[in-house]
Amino acid sequence: MGKSSDQYYEVQEEAVHEIPQPGEPPKPWGRTGVVGKPIPRVDGYERVSGTAVYPSDLVLPNMLYGAILRCPHPHARVKSVDIGKAKGMPGVHAVISGFTQGANPDWVYSSFAKVEFPTKVFDPHCRFEGETVAAVAAETPYQAWDAAQAIRVSYEVLPYLVNELKALEKGAPQVHEKGNLVAEPQKYERGDVARGFAEADKVLEMTFHTACELHTPMELHGCVANWEGDRLTLWESTQGVYAVQSGVAKALDLPLSKVRVIGSYMGGGFGSKLRAGKYSVIAALLARAAARPVKLFLTREETYLATGNRPPSHMKLKAGVKKDGTLTALDFSCVGTGGAYPADGTSLVDWVVRDLYTCPNVRSEMTDVYIHAGPARPMRAPGHPQGAWALEQMLDALAEAIQMDPVELRLKNIPAASQARPGNPPYTSTGLKQCLEEGARVFGWKEAREKLSGQKREGHIRRGVGVAAALWVVGGGGPPSTVVVKLFADGSVNLNMGASDIGTGTKTVMAMVVSEELGIKPDLIQIENADTGTTQYATPSGGSKTVPTESPAVRAAAIEVKRLLLELAAAELKSEPSKLELKGGEITVREDPSASLKITDIKELGKRGVIVGVGYRGPNPEGKVVNPFAAQFCEVEVNMRTGETRILRFLGAHDSGRVLNRLTYDSQVIGGLTMGIGLAMTEERVLDRNHTGKLVNRNWHDYKLPTSLDVPAEMVSVPIDPGDAEANTTGAKGLGEPVTIPTAAAVANAVCHATGIRVTESPMTPVRLCALLAGRKKEG
Amino acid sequence: MKKENPKVLDPKSDQGITRRGFIKGVGTGAAAVAATGALSAPAPAESAILDSHEMHRATLKVNGRLFSLLAEPRWSLLFVLREKLGLTGTKVGCERGECGACTVLIDGLPRYACLTLAVEAQGVEITTIEGLMHGEELGAVQQAFLERDAFQCGYCTPGQIVAAEGLLRSNPKPTPDEIQKGMSGNLCRCGAYVHIFHAVEDAAKARDGK
Repeated sequence: MGKSSDQYYEVQEEAVHEIPQPGEPPKPWGRTGVVGKPIPRVDGYERVSGTAVYPSDLVLPNMLYGAILRCPHPHARVKSVDIGKAKGMPGVHAVISGFTQGANPDWVYSSFAKVEFPTKVFDPHCRFEGETVAAVAAETPYQAWDAAQAIRVSYEVLPYLVNELKALEKGAPQVHEKGNLVAEPQKYERGDVARGFAEADKVLEMTFHTACELHTPMELHGCVANWEGDRLTLWESTQGVYAVQSGVAKALDLPLSKVRVIGSYMGGGFGSKLRAGKYSVIAALLARAAARPVKLFLTREETYLATGNRPPSHMKLKAGVKKDGTLTALDFSCVGTGGAYPADGTSLVDWVVRDLYTCPNVRSEMTDVYIHAGPARPMRAPGHPQGAWALEQMLDALAEAIQMDPVELRLKNIPAASQARPGNPPYTSTGLKQCLEEGARVFGWKEAREKLSGQKREGHIRRGVGVAAALWVVGGGGPPSTVVVKLFADGSVNLNMGASDIGTGTKTVMAMVVSEELGIKPDLIQIENADTGTTQYATPSGGSKTVPTESPAVRAAAIEVKRLLLELAAAELKSEPSKLELKGGEITVREDPSASLKITDIKELGKRGVIVGVGYRGPNPEGKVVNPFAAQFCEVEVNMRTGETRILRFLGAHDSGRVLNRLTYDSQVIGGLTMGIGLAMTEERVLDRNHTGKLVNRNWHDYKLPTSLDVPAEMVSVPIDPGDAEANTTGAKGLGEPVTIPTAAAVANAVCHATGIRVTESPMTPVRLCALLAGRKKEG
Repeated sequence: MKKENPKVLDPKSDQGITRRGFIKGVGTGAAAVAATGALSAPAPAESAILDSHEMHRATLKVNGRLFSLLAEPRWSLLFVLREKLGLTGTKVGCERGECGACTVLIDGLPRYACLTLAVEAQGVEITTIEGLMHGEELGAVQQAFLERDAFQCGYCTPGQIVAAEGLLRSNPKPTPDEIQKGMSGNLCRCGAYVHIFHAVEDAAKARDGK
């Protein structure tokens, strides 16, 4: 022990927090010493130096490389697979297909709504382009691909359906025997919509469409699989190691204790890496067949075909409003598709319509159909950006119809309770009003509107500003979560949790929570995470629930360590734990500051070696709803000749409760805005409806993500914390998803403000906008 | 190694950078092939054509050290760096020159390692993210990325940092517009661009101060 533990601790006057009575949850923090500060990431060094080992970086001794042969047709039946030539090719160690004995386990496609469809890992009935047919393991990826190409497959090519709007037409090719309807349309109704429209001064009806988006995280989907006897270890790029463990164990019929999944670093998921993929199982099958470790990471093209998407949404919205801005009725419908298997094709698209604004009369109906395309996976705030695209543009149109400011109209209709849930439970906190007001103030909304409306509409460059608001249906987190905090004899700390850090800064935020309670510097906390073999159970990092789920458990574990520490110190100071406090690595008798003990001076700690505190996530408040809220503002410039839109600036005002780390918080805000700009401006999966049924744009060249040239240099984050003592013991709500919900709609509203044209279909490409501008000219 | 191998011939060999010209241009190491830009020049007629499936000795100078290995001509520099030399800071994102996760410096200029063949990268100075470190200490661009939180998942980050390093070597005082343009060859799906702009500005100042 070179250093004294003094150097590990800092005296933070604000950060001396009381220990709760046994069995009681801790009180909300008042002022904090560490939490809330803009602290660079605890694993930043690893990430910027290149030393962080992501699953795709792993190279094991004797390791082979896997490749998957996929069906090139949107709909086909595999008649035969000839692997003879492939098997004999240089470097090849294993070739498996649906005809390989013992290498074709069951695979269940299932939605998060628990609709299940049993198939095989290599199912002969291929219902989408990119379905798995065979796989190879070889000494280099080049040899694996050579061999995969040499596999001869005989397909019976079948009629395909890739246009979801024709799925329910008579004579449409059937994706499944029971037809193309996933389930009976999901219906919701409250109040009396007809009466609501009758009471309205203005009623508008519009159709909206959002294109199918693809997640395309930077790190490809895949894993490294290694068997030691009958024990399997997977290093997988995943948002949830425990979810992958259970999926793989189920497919391979193994006890959970025989499957270890490790994913401490991972290169992005956005919802597409929440569960095990077929690739996880295929990597394990290849490794078993070859008796060697296998690295199997998909190609970028494969991820376009087979690792999920944000489903396209075709929406209709009719809305009624009184002259004073009171919403009287909303009538919404949506058709969507999650692809070839149950995959939540319309899930939550109507939620913002049902719950964002006060409205007594609301109806919605959503129809989810099958098509011959890759199954969807949840993508960052499933359903919500689509619904917001419709609702938030409609709000703008209503505001114009009654000549009211769009921000004012929204402020007129702010609910304190969730109307869409039975019994109208109140929110633990809602900052929607402050998001709109404070966001508008910082953005300079009124000034910008006045300035632009005073401008003469001449020249071909037009400016406009837009606003949109949002809530996210969950984002409160909840049990289960278990976290272990260990204090070593020298006072330094180990934090053990199962949660993945998907790039949001989870590890850093949790270290700060420990630091807040114990006073130790965050960078002296060793973090073990996302390993089913060594870390505690955690649900996948998704749903914007990681911080509100894990941070209270981390806080509880740290408090438990503090309690144990004070107990040991009390015995040695001949005092009572309740009379002691921990500050700056020292334990002091409150009423007699001369009686104190350094952590490292506690003899019993030296003897035991470590103190272990276990923390659990307590329940959420009963009868209340924990949701994050948001409002975003932007300014755009549209070239009326070319249809090009430049986004000049953006502001995100977010109520996600307490800010735990201002730096990573802002990173999430600008990240969400950027992804939302993709939905607004560039992203669209194109399936060839007329000739082949195949995916047309299967790479980043043809399917465009926003680049550094597509985002404004000015993105401002305005955190709104209305104070939430009820949500959980850290007062934090989710942020990762709400940040991308209203973005695209805000851009569309700004484009409309600039041009007078409401673009109801995403993305607003120059071609689309040009056509709309040309259409208007003709009419004019 | 001078035998003809029709397998590597490209039917459209009279246009642009062809596979044939590409392989020819690499030669046996004597032909000077610098950055990818030089490859559009027609190959000298006497250049050798490499057998696509045979192993060839390649000597690469990476971060100042020489590495010699046997490589198939089709192996990308990216594959060799990551899987053969253990330099996994250089990431794989698309393997078709779209995302920039594999960006390295070749003679000081940012290049996509996925579009560079290993045998082609001989006789040049290759710098990877690992080569920007001063021992255990972060380089100026790395430090700026860390402090500005110019990343989220961190997977595109080494490529972004190397691209920024290349930008600042050729343009030590870039304007904000030049930074946005200079960084546009690197995708970040987490959307950290705005923090990346700030980090590059900071790094430019830090380098200027040295």
